[in-house]
Formats: sequence, C-alpha cells, structure tokens
Amino acid sequence: MEFEVVIGLEVHVQLNTKTKLFCSCPTSFNEKENSNTCPTCLALPGALPVINREAIHKAIQFGTAVNASINRYSKFDRKNYFYPDLPSGYQISQFYKPIVENGYIEVNGRKIGIVRAHLEADAGKNIHESNYSKVDLNRAGTPLLEIVSAPDLRSSDEAIEYLKKLHSIVRYIDISDANMQEGSFRCDANVSIRPKGDTKLYTRVEIKNINSFRFIQRAIDYEVERQIEAWEDGVYEDEVIQETRLYDSVKNETRSMRGKEESADYRYFPEPDLLEVYIDDETLETYSKIPELPDEKAERFQTELGLSEYDAKVISSSIELANFFEEMINSGASVKNSVTWLTVELLGRLNKNNLPITSSPISSSKLSDLVKAIDNKTISGKAGKDILDYLMEHDISVDEAIEKLGLKQVNDDSAILKLIDEVLSKNSDKVEEYKQGKTKLFGFFVGQVMKASRGSANPQKVNELLRSKLS
Amino acid sequence: MITLKEALKLPKEELPHLKQDLKKRIEEKKELNAYISLDESGDGVPILIKDNIQVKNWSVTSASKILQGYISPYDATVITKLRENGLAPFGRANMDEFAMGSSTETSYYGKTLNPHDYERVPGGSSGGSASAVGGGVAIASLGSDTGGSIRQPASFCGVVGMKPTYGRVSRYGLSAYGSSLDQIGPITQNVEDSAILYDIISGYDPKDSTSADIEYSPITPNLNPNQKYRIAVIDNYVKDASTEIQQAYEKTIRTLEKLGHTIIHKEMTDAKYDISAYYITAMAEASSNLARYDGIRYGSRVEGENLKDTYFRTRSEGFGDEVKRRILVGNFVLSSGYYDAYYVKAQKVRYLIQQKYSEIFQDADLILSPVSPTLPFKFGEKKEPLDMYLSDIYTISVNLAGLPAISLPVDWVGNLPVGLQLIGKPFDELNLFNGALSLEQGLK
Repeated sequence: MEFEVVIGLEVHVQLNTKTKLFCSCPTSFNEKENSNTCPTCLALPGALPVINREAIHKAIQFGTAVNASINRYSKFDRKNYFYPDLPSGYQISQFYKPIVENGYIEVNGRKIGIVRAHLEADAGKNIHESNYSKVDLNRAGTPLLEIVSAPDLRSSDEAIEYLKKLHSIVRYIDISDANMQEGSFRCDANVSIRPKGDTKLYTRVEIKNINSFRFIQRAIDYEVERQIEAWEDGVYEDEVIQETRLYDSVKNETRSMRGKEESADYRYFPEPDLLEVYIDDETLETYSKIPELPDEKAERFQTELGLSEYDAKVISSSIELANFFEEMINSGASVKNSVTWLTVELLGRLNKNNLPITSSPISSSKLSDLVKAIDNKTISGKAGKDILDYLMEHDISVDEAIEKLGLKQVNDDSAILKLIDEVLSKNSDKVEEYKQGKTKLFGFFVGQVMKASRGSANPQKVNELLRSKLS
Repeated sequence: MITLKEALKLPKEELPHLKQDLKKRIEEKKELNAYISLDESGDGVPILIKDNIQVKNWSVTSASKILQGYISPYDATVITKLRENGLAPFGRANMDEFAMGSSTETSYYGKTLNPHDYERVPGGSSGGSASAVGGGVAIASLGSDTGGSIRQPASFCGVVGMKPTYGRVSRYGLSAYGSSLDQIGPITQNVEDSAILYDIISGYDPKDSTSADIEYSPITPNLNPNQKYRIAVIDNYVKDASTEIQQAYEKTIRTLEKLGHTIIHKEMTDAKYDISAYYITAMAEASSNLARYDGIRYGSRVEGENLKDTYFRTRSEGFGDEVKRRILVGNFVLSSGYYDAYYVKAQKVRYLIQQKYSEIFQDADLILSPVSPTLPFKFGEKKEPLDMYLSDIYTISVNLAGLPAISLPVDWVGNLPVGLQLIGKPFDELNLFNGALSLEQGLK
C-alpha cells in the first residue's frame, strides 16, 4: 500500500523584546542564575502580570508577514500544571482567542496554512545535578510566539522547507534571533500517515525536543517509518497512539514520553489578572508596515538586478546574506562578480569552517573592495582567490593584502613588454621553432611570461602583446 | 480609641506615644488574638494590615502554615500609598487561611474572638482587622473582600467596612484568592474615617492591569450627608434572614425615610444562584492562584521521595482543610468535560447578576441589603462547609458584579451588633459614602 505523510508543525519563537512578557525584567538570560527576576516572574504572593506592548506589536508584524488575520480582541488564559521551572504553577498563554489566526506561507509554490499564532510566557530552566536539582528563572516570562501550522506538509523535506521559510521570515521582520542552538526557535512535529487517497486524518504523534533542522528531518523520517511498519505489520492500532514522543538524536529514534493514562488536563481558563487585548486602528496600521520579505526580495533581485532565480533565492534566503549582498552592490561592486564572490567563494569558505555569514571574518565592505579590485582589473580572479584565503586568516584591508602578496595585476604595456622580451630572448630556439610553424608553443610563452610576473601580469594583455610581438 | 481623622491631625512627635498607648491596649486585650504580630514598618499613624497584604521585610503568610518563613521583599501598592500619606503599617491581622472562610476559624494562628462576645466569631475572612477596630485595639485597618470578607466581619464587630468597586484599588501586593473578585478596603470606626482611608488607597495603578484608568476625585472633601437618594430594598432577599436581622432592616428603612430618602422596592434573582456562581468562580481562580505555593522557592517545604512526592507532602501538610477543599473543587470545575457545565455557566450567571443590578440602578441610587443572614454565630457552630458558604448570601453578588458597598452598624441586639450594607453603582463611591454618612448620623 502507498502511504501519504501528514505533518503539522508547532514552532516556538522567542521574541526579541527588551523586557519579559509580563514584567520589566530584561530578556537576556545568559547571566548569573536568577538575576533577571522580580516578584512577578518569581511568582511571589501578590505580584501581578502586565502585558508588554512590544510583544503585541511583534505578533502583529508576524501576522501581517504570514497573510493572517489579526484579532482586534484577543485574550490570555492560564494553562495549569506543576513543574519547578514554572513558578506560578500556570503558564499564561492564549488558548481560546489567539492574537493571530488563519494565515499561510508559500513553500515551493504550495500554500501551507498557519492556523494560529499566539503569545505565551516561557518557563525557566531546571538544572539537574547528581542528587538534587536547581532552578534558574532568568528565562521565566520571556515572550514566545507559538506558530501552529495546518497539517498541510506532506514530507520531511517539505517540513524543513517550511521551517526554513518561517525562520527566514521572523529574521526578516526582526521579531526574533531565531537561534535554534540557543533555543529561541524550537519545533515540535505532529506526524501521522494515511493510505494515499484517504482524506481523513489518522492518529497523530507529537515529537518534542528537536533542536536542529537535521534532527527534525531525521525524527520525522524515523516516525513515519515506524508508523508505516506498524500498519504493515497489522499493529497500527496498538503501536500508534496519540501521544508525545521524544527524539533521541544519539540513537536516532523516537521514544514514548508518557502513557495515555497520565495525559495532562491543563484546566485552561481566562487569566483574570489581565484584561482582553484590544488593538486599535493606529497600532494595527503602524505595525502592519513590515520590511520587504524574502520572496519579495528574491523577485526584486531578479527584475532589478538580473539575478538568476537560483541565485536570487540563495541570496534572499537569509536577511543577513541579503543585507551583505545589498551592501556590496550599494558600495559599487558589480552585480555579477558580487554574486559569484559571495555565494561561491565566500560562502564556500565559510561553510568549510562551519561559520554562519554573521560570523564571517570578511565584512561586506571588505568583500566589496575585493570585487571592485577584480572589476577594475587591479587583480586577476586567480589572485582574488589567494587574497580571499589570506583575508580569512588575517584582519587587514584588501589593498594591504594585495601589496603583501604582491598580487597587483600588471596592466602596464611597457612592463609586460619588458617581461616578454626577457622570456623571448632566453628562449630564442623556441621562438625559431614557433616561427617555423610550431604555433602550439604560444601557450608556453604565455606561461613563462606569467611566471616571470609571478602571476601578476594581466593575462589578456600578455596574450595580446605576445601575439603582436611574435607575428 | 482615637479616630483616624484625629490621629492624622496629631503632630509627628505625638505618634510614638500613640503607638505606646496602642501597644498597651493590645496587650490588655491579648485574648482577642486579632494580631498575629506587632511588626512595625516606618513612622506614621499606625494602620493594622491583614496578613495577605505585602509589607516589605514583613512575614506575610495569609495565615497559612505553607507560608511560614516567607518574608515579603516588596510593598503592596496600598502600603506605598499609606506611607506617602503619613500612615504606617502596624501589626499583622489574623484572618481565615488564604481568606477562605467567614469566621477566621481556619487561621493557622488560631481563632480570633468577637470583641463583643468572646463565645462568638468575629466573622471573616478579615476577622482580625475587624475585631481589632471593634475591640478598640486598632485605629483602622486594611482588609480584603472577595465575597464579603470585609463587610461581614465589620458587621459582626460593630464597625464600618467598605469594599471599593472592582478596579478602584490596586491588587498589586494582595495575595490572590479570587483575582476577579478581590478588592482591598478599609475597616474603620466610622464612615468618615472609612472615606479618608479609602481616598488614600484608591487610584489607578499601572502594576495592576485590572485597576481602572479613570479619573479619581477624592471623596472626603466632598462628603455631603444631606444629599437625598432613591434607595432600593430587595424584598425577596430579606426573607432568608433571621428575625433580628429583619427587624433591624425594617427599622433602618424607617430611619432612611425619616432622613428624607425615598425607598423603592425591587426583586433580585434567587440568591442561591449567587452562591453557585460565586463559589465556582472563586474556587476555580483559587485553585490556580494557590498553585505557586509548592515549596520550591519559598515558604515551608516537606521533602519527599521525588518531585511529585515533595509537591504532595508540602501541599498536604501546608494547607488546611478548607483551603484543600476549595482547591479540589476549583480543579474539578475547570477540568475538561466539566468546564462548560460549571465554570462557563457560572460566568453566564455572573453576567446576569451584573445585568440585574444595572437594571435596579436605572431606578435607584443605592441599594440597602443585609450583610449577614444572622447575628455573629458561635465558634464551631457551622460545621458543614455549605452552612458556612450560605452565610455569605448577601455579600457575594456584590463581588460578582464588581460593585462598591459599605457595611455599617445600625442596631444592637443585646451586646451583639447588627450591620447592614449600602451598595452603590460602579465607581460611584461618593454617593455611597454620602448615603452611609447620612444613615450613620440619622442613627445617633
């Protein structure tokens, strides 16, 4: 039997607001344990939450970016459960009336639905020692936007494409650092299968605890395989139950997290300490204005700058890369060489060193200088690669590197002629042979001249001048 | 005892003597057990504070075992306001544990006595706050009122207790019981003191999202006992009250008429719906509000075998029976499968009660109502929780509707006081105080 895979994703995006969702503590949490806390985020008796407007604004921006409706009235609810990293014993979230509903994003030409996006407060962290545990509440109360997709994704590849697109969007509109390793972009996957052609949804399994694109793909693939095997072995009903499973990246498998009988009842009810959130016309108008999104930018790169669809997509896939590229163009580097030197040469070198563009040792202005030097033939393309290699290791300017490596291209006719004369006089026998018809030797002469110039002669010029000299 | 109005006029150097005198009186009537402690914090006219209002560097325990050892690191907004106005927190008042009760019998610190009859309860949950003022061992106090917890003990102790409109006084720093119902309010010797203390603690607070951001003009300079009002009486309500209460009620109506007010007759929905809607709402909120008392960060912890066991033991040993009962019921009414039948329905009833009140207020300026269906009852008399809950029938609808109300003594039956309440329109505290002042003067 052929199966269809049905995937829905829940993404938790940590918003990059200055302060927490319900108090004025800073959101930076790499500080001393429990230093960014106050009566509210410690849940001391009598402390009350107050909504952070900046988080509301960022949610509006997100809703606009994913073509969703922004609810003019939304509400907060309490999700009740006990855990030491949750000081109040309830998470303030939006259950009954989220701020964002009914949006979509396009992934490879398909519309993937976004059912809802709601604001909620993050929990703190438990740190487990051998026979005791510690609680750090610096993160408690940090704003999260939970983005819930429709079960529209049909493969793990498509799931990853969706996530990358979502990641790109939240970076473009700058509502989150969206760093997966640091946990500011987290994903849970709901996975089910069904016989191809069937339209009903079968039992979905939620996979939690996956913190990289690679692991998400593997976890989904493993889970799909597990469910198909169960179906084919006739034990689908027993093995595939609605539950939460954890992905173990070391063993590459998903494991059941808790039994059915312990499924939690969160006893949601409206948060009585907060009023409804009302978004007025002015606020909506102000925060619906969002910067250019990845698809728009890719389109513009093609129509305005003449980039190929592929190059435009690669460069616009992340805001940092797109900005890098645009900074190069704006400072006068040619479009064609900028594309090649950014996407092939620089990214190639960064990937080899496992560096993101944000940690590139070469800034956009430096790469732009290099490209301009190639554009105006100060250096050859070959020399450019050597210089780039050198700049990866040394923090000096492009001019200094050219000087240091002696790679300034020689374009001066008389200088090149001088070298040609030297080479020809040293090889008078070969000149004779050439003149007698052994024209293959032309390449040899070019090579000798280039060698004599230590690669700095403009090869085109060498060709031209040599040809006229030998004719 | 010196009134708050007089005390505020005292020169600063007199205050230490005032406090000395107060301490002596408290010592002489130690048996009342209205005070949990005699903590002092700052200079100013001493005001007794209920044990669920945060005072910086004080132990604040909501009269519970589970909060033993907890010291508050901050002042509630009302405490900040007291300090700014020449008053100072002085002494922690006994109360029902987490404000859950109508007799102050559920306190971890033992019962507080009624100053007028030591065999009887002072009411609750602000029993310590009311008993101290009624017993002449406090100038004035702060209490909190979720379903009558200021007005009922004030009535039992023969003093004036006022619950402001929901949103008028900041709840920041009040340990929450039922967040959508709780208000802090004054308990005083007379109506004018009540207005003075109310003025001091009222006003918008950005730290409490449910506090009302509306213009506020002080009551005290504008008090006018000569204003005449249309006052509604709820005929079908009164039939559930004891004979003594009914008689005091009739007598008060005649006094009001004599004072020139117009009495009009109205009906309310059956008070049994109030009880259901109130207890479902309050217990649901309480079950969640009290989840933070888990022994992890503060208060008393009883170590268990594992995390779950630690939670279990801490909360089993830390909470008293009534608190546990309410947490259980609250969890039940919020569980999936029951949420719609209980919590959601209670909110609908709550809306209907609000509607009913606004209907009455189309026609009336104030409503006169009993506070308690009986005179102060004896210790241990109400053994069944439901009997205790029923003693709140006249006070809880006011909290459900978020209205302001003031309880004041109108009569005595032997040595026991009878209080009645006036209920006002939302944020119309001026007319509420005017009506109360008129009645207070008319009774002299």
